[in-house]
Amino acid sequence: MSVIVPEAGLPTTKRFDRETLALGAQKYGATVVLALLVVIGTIAFPTFASVSNVSNIATQSSFLVIVAAGMTFVILTGGIDLSVGSVFALGGVLAAYGSTFGSVEALLLPLVACGVIGMIQGFLVAYVGMAPFIVTLAGLLGVRGIVFASTNAGSNTPIVSDLSFKAIGQETLFGVRWPVIIAIVVIIVGTVLLTRSRGGQSILAVGGSESAAALMGVAVARIKFSVYVVSGLCAGLAGALNAAYSSSGVPTVGAGLELSAIAAVVIGGTLLTGGRGNLISTVVGVLLLSVIQNLINQVGSLSSSVQSVVSGLFLAIVVIVQTILSRTQRL
Amino acid sequence: MITPTGTPRDATVLEARGVTKRFAGITALDNVDFTLHPGESLALMGENGAGKSTLIKVLTGVYQPDAGELHLGGTTTTFARPLDAQRSGISTIYQEVNLIPLLSVAQNIFLGREPRDRWGLIDFKQLNENARTLLDTYDIHVNVRRPLHRLALGMQQMVALARAVSIDARVVIMDEPTSSLEAREVETLFRVIGLLRAQGIAIVYVSHRMDEIYRVCDSVTVLRDGKSVHSGLLADLPRVELVSIMLGRSVEKTKRESLTAFGSARTSSQAPTLIATDLTRKHQISGISLEIRPGEVVGLGGLLGSGRSETLKALAGVMKVDNGHVRVGGRLVKNGSVSAAIRAGIVMLPEDRKAEGIIPNLSIRDNIVLAALPRLSVGGFTSRARQDAIVDVFMKRLRIKATSSSQLVSELSGGNQQKVMIARWLAMNPRVLLLDEPTRGIDVGAKAEVQALINELADEGLAIVMVSSEVEEVVEGSARVIVLRDGSVETELIGDEVTEHHLLSALVGEPITVTKELP
Ligand SMILES: Nc1ncnc2c1ncn2[C@@H]1O[C@H](COP(=O)(O)OP(=O)(O)OP(=O)(O)O)[C@@H](O)[C@H]1O
Ligand SMILES: [Mg+2]
Repeated sequence: MSVIVPEAGLPTTKRFDRETLALGAQKYGATVVLALLVVIGTIAFPTFASVSNVSNIATQSSFLVIVAAGMTFVILTGGIDLSVGSVFALGGVLAAYGSTFGSVEALLLPLVACGVIGMIQGFLVAYVGMAPFIVTLAGLLGVRGIVFASTNAGSNTPIVSDLSFKAIGQETLFGVRWPVIIAIVVIIVGTVLLTRSRGGQSILAVGGSESAAALMGVAVARIKFSVYVVSGLCAGLAGALNAAYSSSGVPTVGAGLELSAIAAVVIGGTLLTGGRGNLISTVVGVLLLSVIQNLINQVGSLSSSVQSVVSGLFLAIVVIVQTILSRTQRL
Repeated sequence: MITPTGTPRDATVLEARGVTKRFAGITALDNVDFTLHPGESLALMGENGAGKSTLIKVLTGVYQPDAGELHLGGTTTTFARPLDAQRSGISTIYQEVNLIPLLSVAQNIFLGREPRDRWGLIDFKQLNENARTLLDTYDIHVNVRRPLHRLALGMQQMVALARAVSIDARVVIMDEPTSSLEAREVETLFRVIGLLRAQGIAIVYVSHRMDEIYRVCDSVTVLRDGKSVHSGLLADLPRVELVSIMLGRSVEKTKRESLTAFGSARTSSQAPTLIATDLTRKHQISGISLEIRPGEVVGLGGLLGSGRSETLKALAGVMKVDNGHVRVGGRLVKNGSVSAAIRAGIVMLPEDRKAEGIIPNLSIRDNIVLAALPRLSVGGFTSRARQDAIVDVFMKRLRIKATSSSQLVSELSGGNQQKVMIARWLAMNPRVLLLDEPTRGIDVGAKAEVQALINELADEGLAIVMVSSEVEEVVEGSARVIVLRDGSVETELIGDEVTEHHLLSALVGEPITVTKELP
């Protein structure tokens, strides 16, 4: 019934192949760099591939993975969420407060509060039409303010008292820490939603061309609203898990986290302008950041300012390569 | 000619009564009445900026009217958003934005209506198969998994068409569907329209091409300056009269100012301004050589995929060639460098103005002078007065309809955006001008102006190469036509050989008998 029809006209096989190659390189470029770094690290530092170090990297990454997953949704629509660092801190503080009532409260309180913050930001962006940068910058400042106000200007650090909630951050299942497992679940669920649901297609459509999507009948405002809610929920969840992991809700935690999350998303290969990308590549981006950090720590002798320069240089190289590749592809 | 189906004339499928729509500064629609009967094929006509696209957007829920009401199948209705109109069976191909560039053909066609498996997840295998089946029905051959942005503009338009007709619709609205189509694709479009009409689906068709209107439509509604000034059957309305209603002039005056300004095509014997030798790029063009002399308008003919646009791109440095070179005035132009080409005096009006040229959020003035800035500036500064002088000339001559030269280009009608782009390239005052579809989307009145401008530039000694999918325009405008096929030069028509008949048979590569079915 349905026949596969070859392309009419001149088949531009060579050009197509090069495009596909460049697309592939952009897609898997970060993965290749990551693999290279892992190989180099394993050879150069005997402790790098040790079970404890790998588990360390995984746990450290898991919080950022969850935050960056939410960020990926936002960036895919062509937006940005600068508030995630502050929301992360709020999630942690609220989880610690909630843990005085029980483990369910410790998880629900931050999720509800951060979800509401996502809804407010989403409403302002999607229905009022304000610029995401402005709205979430206000969120960054405002939410941090709330965190400080509720912790006596940051001098109180609420402690996680509920043992079973602490366990979520610290215990393992088959040798894997719970935050890592939860991060994996978030990525799997997110990937299915993004690639296999109509909502996911709509997200890509909105990021690809908002005006065209609207004319094609996509409920643009609803889509934009929901990605900020998702991002708020993710940041809140990550903050709560981090509190469970570190047994306390530190008010100053998560400063600059939004930049790491954005960097991870972009390094992974998701277009900052929206419309193309996925969560797996975001995970790769996060791992790349973590491994670079870990390798710098392995060297040990570097001062923190040199560390920043080195990781900054690495990022610049990755981004430059990405840009060149995506340009080849458009030619 | 397609005959109207025998539906009773009193039933209406879609109606607008007294619709008014204002934008800051102007009234785009002023108390407009519009009636569409089931199975009718209605032409919506008017000059650039008359309000056609605005009316369509009001009819389909993109804009809310400031006054007036809509009736759907006899009952009053409102569409809060495009989706509501779609759900009520009104399917639309809009003029400007169409689809999502980064999504695949299949994803674009079925966005929002993807087939799902029993888990509620999208079934991509089914999705691609459905898309393939649909496109096959209309003889559109394309890999449905390809991202849309990798397709030629015409093919993208065909995908938009497939999407529009795949929505179960009572009314299909098409806003200038043919402006980026090849002759062959236009035929496909007409076949699709025929199929739709056979199913009793009503069509609203916007185009500036008269032949098409008379071929596919049976009635017409004319807008002028936002008012509906005429509605009636096309059969009773000779072309000149239709044009004079559109322009608001007397029939005599319309006749006097003959509508196409081309005709005095000239050849030149001076030394060529531009010489291209053996331009080759794998799988796109091979061994293309041509010479363009000052004062000459050379047509570049060819079907889809013949390498017309690619040849222009190679000349303009937009596309790098594997082999061959371009010389201007004897000097070699660096391969694949737009800035080198511009320095040598080659400028190109690109085919896809939306993607490659227009800057929507700049004013008309800024868009026009953008490319000419280096020429207008002294020591890095430009005088506003000099800019305004140039901008004023072009706005008047091309009849750009706007509140002022500082209006944003994004607020202009589609045709007026085109005019701004044309003005930009003409303002550069180059030695070689490459025009890809120069009169696309431009109304009959302004078309004559554009063609007259092209002639004037040739008189001033410019070497001009023109690509147009309108055979008539190529024939009337060019002294010489270079015909491409499969990426290489097939033949060259000179002087008396430049006729529609010769060109058509050269295009397809075999002698044909021209049958004209138009009045
Ligand atoms: N968003 C907008 N803001 C301000 N003015 C607008 C806007 N959209 C359209 N207009 C104005 O409304 C008028 C009608 O525009 P419209 O696009 O309906 O014309 P049109 O008949 O479709 O012309 P064309 O043949 O060039 O496509 C124009 O003067 C245009 O500048
Ligand atoms: Mg229009």
